[in-house]
Amino acid sequence: MLHPQDSERIYRSLRLIRRVEEEIARIYPTDKIKSPVHLSIGQEAVAVGVCDVLKPDDVVAPTYRSHAAYLAKGGDLNAMFAELYGKGSGCSHGKGGSMHMIDMNHGILGASAVVGTTIPIAVGYSLALEREGKGRVAVAFFGDGGTEEGVFYESLNFAALHRLPVLFVCENNSYAIHTPIEKRWATRRLCERVETFGMPARLIEDSDVLEIRRQVAEFIDPMRSGGGPAFLECQTYRWREHVGPGEDYDAGYRNRTELEKWQNGDQVAVTAALLKPEVRRRIDGEIETSIAAAIDFAESADWPRPEELLTNAYAE
Amino acid sequence: MPTPNNGGRLLRYVDALREGIAQEMERDPRVFLFGLDVDDHKGIQGSTTGLQQQFGTKRVFNTPLSEDAMTGVAIGAAMAGLRPVHVHIRMDFLMLCMNQIVNMASKAHYMYGGAVRVPMVVRSMIGKSWGQGAQHSQGLYSMFMHVPGLKVVAPSNAHDVKGCMIAAIRDDNPVIFVEHRLLYPTEAYVPEKPYAVEFGKARVCTHGDDITIVGVSNMAVECLRAQELLREAGIHAEVIDPISLMPLDSATIMESASRTRRLLVVDNAWTACGASAEILARVAEAGGAREGIAMARMGFAPTTCPPSPPLEREFYPNPVTIASRAYAMVHPDAPPWMPDPEHAALSYQLQFRGPF
Repeated sequence: MLHPQDSERIYRSLRLIRRVEEEIARIYPTDKIKSPVHLSIGQEAVAVGVCDVLKPDDVVAPTYRSHAAYLAKGGDLNAMFAELYGKGSGCSHGKGGSMHMIDMNHGILGASAVVGTTIPIAVGYSLALEREGKGRVAVAFFGDGGTEEGVFYESLNFAALHRLPVLFVCENNSYAIHTPIEKRWATRRLCERVETFGMPARLIEDSDVLEIRRQVAEFIDPMRSGGGPAFLECQTYRWREHVGPGEDYDAGYRNRTELEKWQNGDQVAVTAALLKPEVRRRIDGEIETSIAAAIDFAESADWPRPEELLTNAYAE
Repeated sequence: MPTPNNGGRLLRYVDALREGIAQEMERDPRVFLFGLDVDDHKGIQGSTTGLQQQFGTKRVFNTPLSEDAMTGVAIGAAMAGLRPVHVHIRMDFLMLCMNQIVNMASKAHYMYGGAVRVPMVVRSMIGKSWGQGAQHSQGLYSMFMHVPGLKVVAPSNAHDVKGCMIAAIRDDNPVIFVEHRLLYPTEAYVPEKPYAVEFGKARVCTHGDDITIVGVSNMAVECLRAQELLREAGIHAEVIDPISLMPLDSATIMESASRTRRLLVVDNAWTACGASAEILARVAEAGGAREGIAMARMGFAPTTCPPSPPLEREFYPNPVTIASRAYAMVHPDAPPWMPDPEHAALSYQLQFRGPF
């Protein structure tokens, strides 16, 4: 059963991500954002469905399309906008940008621009969590493109071999930049491939946030007491262009009818419908206030000082 | 002569290396060691033998042949607060780890604004002779010297390998730890207690006023042999072992070369874009060019390492070719000189036990 506070929390998270991304797209043409942005609009449900199950001290390793996972796991919104603006109070002190967001206070490992790179890093983190023995888990997010990297299969094997507490989550949006999956995969049977490594695998085709959440809970509960890794493939859809604020349905590589199908099942709208109108209005208002505050924070924040260029090149 | 090593037992390089790891694992429960074959009957040529029995399978374990992911695992575990030592039986296999080392390990502390640290040691061995050939012989450390955020060390004797390993494990940065297979059986005086050999501090192994010879890794030993040979020609060479390549103690090298007026760098790698190029460039920039210091370098022949003995012999600098080159730098107008062949053959029986 879904309690009202659950639907409120899930809607709030989905809506926050959607609105943050829309605001980034709005601001982007002003050139105040000093970083290439890979927007998560349309893909929010995967991050939210997964992170809603996690505890504050669990960790996630996002992809370069990191904003959804960052926010869903509770990442600091002010520090996120400041990072996009290249400011010294950004989550990476202006040294990461959109593709290298981090918030270790909320269990968000840094993201990487090189596809698949953070998969084994989540596995390594989970090795440390297994040794720690407190039942914490790690989640590796990656796209369908990430599953084409050899390191993905190496990571599955090692995690299964050592029964590590790591959940592999494939956000399958069917495109690697502009190349559709049909040009990249001989078969779509990814879950079957993964199962042979020795872990349960499940495909969720409609991006239903509540079903993702239910499945993740089913995977993670035994994982906390030595049950080993699991794999979840969530089909989803990137509504905007690969990188940048706009749409690109006139570019010729995909058709707007694909978008319309996914918009009909938009999880922000679906979960909004679960709430009383006044509750929804209150949440929406709070989100707008927090985003406006974060943008103000970023705009008024100081630039890093030039003499900080070499700071943290090496750990002291 | 600086003597870092106050007493101690004569110990082989391989045993000193293992002792350093064991002492750090004893001291710090966060340290773990993993890699292909670390727990087998050969124990990475003996450098990991007995460690699993001593520390258990959670802290010493074998891995699948997945260098890329295993490097990522080390990085993730390091970010979580552990201190991994990742072992590769040959440096050539580090090419499979380049994305993780170059794009993540080196950069994580910086690009995440200091929020994480990556204290990890990447052990790798360079092979030579017995037909090691193209892919078991490469000294690829300069690739890592190029990337800010990494440290690179290449200790040449038993004393330094223990101290460098302890320093590497205690370091909060990723350290590429370069071992040369031919150094494994060599002995030096090694204190029993744990000690750190500081990175960024070169060691002057022998003092001389005629020429400065810098030797990297196993070439430090070859340069010591060459220095012995040069004595028959009345040349006193100052042999310097940089020990750590990044950070690099160019000041000690510069000071010596300013005095001897001649600097020969002998690398255990190719010269192009290599450690020898970096050392000479730093000396040139620091005034070596203005002062007119004669500079030269030697390294692998500019081709792939062949397994056939007559070809392999030509591929590497050796005490004879190093001594000849040094002689020519000291006596540029004299005819070429070669050390006495019998003497040269004996040079390989010399044991350099320090203290250095």
